Amino acid sequence: MNTPLNAAPESPLEPQRIAPAPVSPTRPLYWSVRRELWENRSIYIALLAASAVYLIGYTISLFWVPRGMHGMGADESTPLIVQLAMPYAHAQMLLALTAFLVGIFYSLDALHGERRDRSILFWKSLPVSDLTTVIAKASVPLVILPLLVLVIAVSLQIVMRIESAVVLWLSRASTANPWAPPFFEMQLVFLYSLVVMALWHAPLYMWMLLVSGWPRRATFLWAVFPPLALAVIEYIAFHTTYLATMLHSRLLGFDALAFDMVDKNGVPIDPHFIPLAQLAPARFLSSPGLWLGLLFAALCLAGAVKLRRYQGPI
Amino acid sequence: MTVIEARGLRKAFGATIALDSLNLRVDEGRILGLIGPNGAGKSTALNAILGLTEYQGELRVLGRDPWLERDQLMRDICFISDVAVLPRWMRVSQSLDYVAGVHPRFDRAKAEGFLAKTDIKRASRVRELSKGMVAQLHLALVMAIDARLLVLDEPTLGLDILYRKQFYDSLLNDYFDRTRTILLTTHQVEDVQYVLTDLMFINRGRIVLDCSMEEFESRYVELTVNPAQLATARALKPIRERQLLGRSLLLFDLKLDLVDRQRLAALGEVRTPSISDLFVALLADSPGVKPSAAPGVTQ
Repeated sequence: MNTPLNAAPESPLEPQRIAPAPVSPTRPLYWSVRRELWENRSIYIALLAASAVYLIGYTISLFWVPRGMHGMGADESTPLIVQLAMPYAHAQMLLALTAFLVGIFYSLDALHGERRDRSILFWKSLPVSDLTTVIAKASVPLVILPLLVLVIAVSLQIVMRIESAVVLWLSRASTANPWAPPFFEMQLVFLYSLVVMALWHAPLYMWMLLVSGWPRRATFLWAVFPPLALAVIEYIAFHTTYLATMLHSRLLGFDALAFDMVDKNGVPIDPHFIPLAQLAPARFLSSPGLWLGLLFAALCLAGAVKLRRYQGPI
Repeated sequence: MTVIEARGLRKAFGATIALDSLNLRVDEGRILGLIGPNGAGKSTALNAILGLTEYQGELRVLGRDPWLERDQLMRDICFISDVAVLPRWMRVSQSLDYVAGVHPRFDRAKAEGFLAKTDIKRASRVRELSKGMVAQLHLALVMAIDARLLVLDEPTLGLDILYRKQFYDSLLNDYFDRTRTILLTTHQVEDVQYVLTDLMFINRGRIVLDCSMEEFESRYVELTVNPAQLATARALKPIRERQLLGRSLLLFDLKLDLVDRQRLAALGEVRTPSISDLFVALLADSPGVKPSAAPGVTQ
C-alpha cells in the first residue's frame, strides 16, 4: 500500500451512477424464496427420496399383485375401488407426512441457520426487508412444500398406475383395472387435503418459525418442551387435559372438520378413497379452530419479523 | 454533502455503555477509518449506521433513519462485515443471481469482470473457496453495486498480506471515485494508513481523535532523538516515548504549540508516525485498553 491517497488515480472509474432498475415488490420475495430452495435442498430431496422408496416397494409388490388382485373383491367389507386406490392413497399420505416433517424441521432452522453461520449479515446488507424474508420462509411450509408434494404425488401416481396396468396386462391374471379409481377426482381431493393441512398446521409452522429466531441453540427443545410442560402442569394441577387435547387436535383434527366421513346414507367412508362429494369446505372454513389457529399463526409471523429485525449473528 | 450525521448517539447493553453520546459527521467522498480497541464501540456504531441495532440519539444516514428504513437504505449502502458472512452453501453463480435479483443498482457484468481477474469458478460453493477468495468474491459483489456509502467492518480479517494489499488496491483503483464514501474499521491499521482521508479514534464509546489525514500528518511528529539531546527533547513534553533498538522515539503533538517541526529536526530524525504509534500514545494508558488490544499490535 504505497500509494498515498493524494496520488490516487484521478479518475479510477468515472462516476457512473446506475439508474436503479424499477423493482417490482414481488421480485425480492421471488428471489428470497429461491434462496430458501437453494439453501434447503432437503425440501425436495426428502420428497423425491420418499417417492423413490415407495416406488421401489410398490414395484417389488407388483410381482405379487396379480395373485393379490385375484382375491380382490373377495373381501366384501372393502369395495374393490377402495382396495385399488389404497396404494395410491398410501403414497399420498407418505408424501404428506414427509412434507410435514420437512416443514417442521425447516421452520425450526429458518431463522436460526442464518444467525448461526453469520450469513444474516450478508442477507441484511441487501435491500430486502425483514418482512419479505420472513414471508419467504413462511411460504416454504405453507405454499412451496404443498405444491411440490402435489406435483410429485401426481407424477408418482401416474407411474404407479402405468406400472400396475403393464404388470396386470402381461400376467393376465386379473381383470382389476388400476385406472378404476378416478384419477382427477383423487388429485382434486388430495389438493384439497393439502390446502386444509397447510391452513390447519399453519400455527405449528409459524410457532416453529418464531422459536427459530429466538434461542441461541436447541430450537427443537424450545419449541416443543414449553407446550408439553404446560400440558403436564395442567394435568397434575387440575387433572384436566384441555391443552393436550388441543395439541392433539392441532395435529390431526383437520380431517373431522374438512371431510364428511359418512355418506348421505350413513355409511362410513373409507379414508383411502374419499369422493369429492364428501368434502366439507364450508364447515372447515367456518370452524373457529381454523381461524383462531390462523390468528395465532399471524401473531407468530409478526413476532418472527420483529425478532429478525433485532437479532444478529449468534 | 453529509452522508452520515450522528448527534448524541448512545447505546447501552445493560450496564455497559457501548456508545456514549457520540457525535459524528462524514461527508461525501471521504474514506474514514474508525479505529479503536476491542470493545470500543466501533461495531456498535457501524451497526447503528447500518440499521442493525436500535439506538438513542439522532442519526441520519443519507438523509434516512437507518433503524426505521434499513431496506430502502440498503439500496445506497453496501457493507462487508468480515470475510466469514457469505453463506457457505451458496454457489458463486447463485450469489451473482441473487444480488442481481434483489439489488436495483447491481451491475452483473461489472461483477463478472472483477471475478474474471480471479481464479474463482462460478460453480464453486463458498465453502470450497479459500478465505482470500471469499473476500475477493464479496468485494466483487459489493464493487458492482453503485452504492453511495460502503461500510467495511474488519473486511480483511484473517487474510494474508497479499490479499489485504490487493483488497485495498482494488477498492482504491476500481471503486473509489471521490463521490463515494467509505467507512471502515480495522485492526490492521498499517494497511490503511495511505488509504484513509480521515481518521477517528474511538474508545469506550467516545471519540478520542477526529482529524483528516492531512491534519494527522502535519500535527504529529515522531522524533528519533540523538542520544546526546534526549534530555532537551524530553523537556519539550512529548506525548509518548518509546524505545526501539536502543534509541528513544518521542512523539509530539505540534498542535500543543510547545515546539515546532524545525526545532525537532535539530534534535534528531523526524518522521510522520504510524497510526498505530499515535493510537498507542493516545490510548494505551486509558483504562480498559490493554496493549494487546491496540491496533496493529496483535494482528
